Amino acid sequence: MIEMFIRFFGCGLFAIGGGLATLPFLYDIAEATGWFTFHDISNMIAISESTPGPLGVNMATYVGYHTMGVIGALVAPLALVFPSVIIIIGISKILDKFKTAAVVQNALYGLRAASAALIAAAGIGVAKIAFLGSEQMQEWSFSGLGQLINWKAVLLAAVVYGGLVKFKKHPIVYIVFSAVIGIIFHY
Amino acid sequence: MTFMQPANRPAGRGKKMKELLDLFVVFARIGGFTFGGGYAMLPMLEKEVVNSRHWATEEELMDYYAIGQCTPGVIAINTATFIGYKIKGIPGGIMATLGVIAPSLVIITVIAAFISNFMELSFVNSAFAGIRACVCVLIFSAVLKLGKKALVDKITVGIFAVVLVLSLFTDISPAILVVLAGAVGIIIKGRGKKA
Repeated sequence: MIEMFIRFFGCGLFAIGGGLATLPFLYDIAEATGWFTFHDISNMIAISESTPGPLGVNMATYVGYHTMGVIGALVAPLALVFPSVIIIIGISKILDKFKTAAVVQNALYGLRAASAALIAAAGIGVAKIAFLGSEQMQEWSFSGLGQLINWKAVLLAAVVYGGLVKFKKHPIVYIVFSAVIGIIFHY
Repeated sequence: MTFMQPANRPAGRGKKMKELLDLFVVFARIGGFTFGGGYAMLPMLEKEVVNSRHWATEEELMDYYAIGQCTPGVIAINTATFIGYKIKGIPGGIMATLGVIAPSLVIITVIAAFISNFMELSFVNSAFAGIRACVCVLIFSAVLKLGKKALVDKITVGIFAVVLVLSLFTDISPAILVVLAGAVGIIIKGRGKKA
């Protein structure tokens, strides 16, 4: 159990850039300990993508449970987030102190634009999966493009957008609505 | 910073506990409905943290996301810790973080324990196809709102465009892009001030 804590702690300490960045570390853990296989990892990715919550935490929980039951499912994710919490609290303290410094303000000015771009890129990534069919287009053509696009998903997105603009409800409302629509109409 | 006003300061232990519990509950709700990684959390953060509770401004949210990108760990966790710490110090940071991971722990454990064929359940796949379409719309509408705060002049629009193209068409790590954008900000803004 201590070994598990240390391994996931290392994973949380060195994986920079979100959930998928933990993947190489998971492969390392799999190879070094034999707790789970590469096949398990791809299963985990699929399940993580279809359940709520951050990918890294989901994967740690899944691995933890499979190696050590409920205790593992607690220890692995806690070990994973432990380094972040310490680091972020440290950064917060520093930021509080130097918030008004011109250098910090100038850096943040650049950071915010990058942040917006990265989020937009993530949105485009999700859009590709949501609106394009899984089949590869053989030859470029407009009819091929028409078949490639998942029109049901596009329609749903349009409805959600309309609702968003008109009613300004909590995002959870739209998520639940879309899940129900998805189930009813066999998306 | 309205939440720092004396009227909102904890009057006693009971109030303090309530605020910590509040952090936990809000972040548990966000964690429970974040489908598709840390970025999908943004629309929810915007609604709960910025609009409803005024725990942070839109600018701060962008800062946390950017810093969360180039520090180790999961972005969702980093953002939760930032906001929790800002509201209630170290205990706040810990409570917000525990809140955001709690739903995952429960859901994944249940799936791992009881549902061995989770991915083969057709209704799960259907529901998620629907959710993905919805999440895109939510993310883009959040980006539009936040973009107004972040893209204030030609330089920031330029940074936005370059980072977007690089992250879509190259494998450069987001962490590097964020650090470079910060450096550009320091260089251009710093020089502009002296001139």
